[in-house]
Amino acid sequence: MEEGNIRVLVAKPGLDGHDRGAKVVARALRDAGMEVIYTGLRQTPEMIAEAALQEDVDVVGISILSGAHMALVPRILELMKDNGQEDVKLFLGGIIPDEDIAKLKEMGVSGIYGPGASTEDIVAQIRKDIQKRA
Amino acid sequence: MKLAQALLNQDRLALTRILTQVENNTQKGRDALNEIFPHTGKAHLIGITGAPGTGKSTLVNQLALYYRQEKDYRVAIVAVDPSSPFTGGAVLGDRVRMRDLSGDPKVFIRSMASRGNLGGLAQSTSAMVQVFDAAGFDVILIETVGAGQAEVDIAKLAHTTLVVEAPGLGDDIQAIKAGILEIADILVINKADRPGVENTERALRGMLELAHPTQRVFQHHSQKMVVHAPEKPDEETKLWFAEIKRTVAKAGEGITELGEAIDRHIAFLRESGEWGSRERTQLQSTFDALLRESLFNRFLDELSPEIYEETLSKIMKREESPWSAAQGLLNPPSNSPLRGENLSLPPEGEGQDGGGPKLERKA
Repeated sequence: MEEGNIRVLVAKPGLDGHDRGAKVVARALRDAGMEVIYTGLRQTPEMIAEAALQEDVDVVGISILSGAHMALVPRILELMKDNGQEDVKLFLGGIIPDEDIAKLKEMGVSGIYGPGASTEDIVAQIRKDIQKRA
Repeated sequence: MKLAQALLNQDRLALTRILTQVENNTQKGRDALNEIFPHTGKAHLIGITGAPGTGKSTLVNQLALYYRQEKDYRVAIVAVDPSSPFTGGAVLGDRVRMRDLSGDPKVFIRSMASRGNLGGLAQSTSAMVQVFDAAGFDVILIETVGAGQAEVDIAKLAHTTLVVEAPGLGDDIQAIKAGILEIADILVINKADRPGVENTERALRGMLELAHPTQRVFQHHSQKMVVHAPEKPDEETKLWFAEIKRTVAKAGEGITELGEAIDRHIAFLRESGEWGSRERTQLQSTFDALLRESLFNRFLDELSPEIYEETLSKIMKREESPWSAAQGLLNPPSNSPLRGENLSLPPEGEGQDGGGPKLERKA
C-alpha cells in the first residue's frame, strides 16, 4: 500500500488573462512533489468546483487579479460544499486588499498570498492543512 | 460496502473517492474493485496515444463532444501525464484543452500522474478504467502520456487504439520502426491543415501496406504474451487493416469520420471475436501483474532484511552476480539455511528462463 500524493487544483477564475502567477505556483507545487491539475484561464466557479470534484483534490488554489474575489470565492466555496467537498482547503493568490483578507479567512480560505509571497510558504501551508484534514 | 453501491448508483462523489483509493492502491480501493468487478466489461475503451504536441487532448475533447452529441453516451476520460522522476510531482494540464466538456453531468474527466510507470500509462490506470466501466460510462477515452516510440501499454488496455500523428514529425524510416505505429487500429493525422500532410500520409500508408498481421506478442515486464492472428487469412477470416483518418481537432474537422471509423472497428471486434481475445489479453495482463507483485511481496516478507542487505552488498562488491544471487535466494541448497555464503546456482534447466547470462561463480 502506498500513500497518495497531495493533489492540488490550480485554477484561474474570472476574466483577467494573467496566469503567470498561477503557473509559477503550479510549478513550485510540482517541485514540492505534489500533483497539480491545471485548468487554464477564464474558469467559472462552476467549472472549478466540478474539476475539484472530478479530480478529488485535497486543495484548491485560485488566482484572481481582477478584484472579483468577493464574488467568486464565496461562490466556489458554496459549490464545493454542495458537492460534499467541504473538507477541501482553498487558498487564494492575487491582488487582495487588506480589508477583504479577514472576511475571506472567515469564509474558510486557508491562505492568501499577494505579490512577493514565497512559494515555500504556500507549500508549507498546504502541508499543514493536509495534516489537519487527515 | 456503501461506497461501491453509491458508485453503481452513479453518485459522483462516491466515484471520485473510489478513483482516489484505487489510484493509491489502498485496501479500500482493492475492496471496491472486488465488489464492482461483476459490473465491468461493458464499456468501450478507446486509447489515444501519440507524441507530445500532436493534439491528443484536443482530439479527446472533440471525440467526447461527438459521443455526447451524436450518441448521448456517458463519457469518461482518463488523462495521464508524466510525473517528475526527481520529485514525484506533476503538472496535469490535459483539462486545459477540454473546457468544452465542463458543465455536462454525463462527462467525467480524471487526470492521473504516471507515478514512475514507463509504458505511457500509470500503474493503476487499468483499475481506474474498471471503476468507470462499473459506474456505467459507455465509452472511456484513455489519453496516454505524450508517447515516443515504445509506450505501447495502451494497446493491452484499450479495445480500439488511436495513434495520433501530425505532419512534419518523421520520415518513412520512423514509420517502419517497431513500436507505437504498429499498435494503431486507427492512425489519426491531426493538424491536417498544415503543410506536409501528404508526405505524412504517404509514409504511414506505405508502412501499413507492408504490414502482415501474424500474431501479437505482448512483452509485459519482459514476459511474452502471444495473441495469435487467424492462421489462414482467407476470405472467411476477418482482418482489420488500420485506417488512416485526417483531422483538424482544433476546428472539429474530420471528427465524425473518425467516429465512424471507430464504429467500424467496434463492429469488427464484435464480429471477428477479437473483442473476446482483447478482453482476455487485458485481464490476463492484470492478473499476471498482480500475481507477480504479490509473489514478490510474499517472498520479501519471508526473507530477513539482513540476508537481503547482505546479498545486495555482495552484488555491489561484484562478488555475486544479481542473477545467481536471485537464483540462490529462490532455491537455497537443502543442506543449509538461507545464508549468503552458500548461494549457488541451481542445476541447469531449473528455475526461470530468461534470467540473463548464467555466471559461474569462482570459489
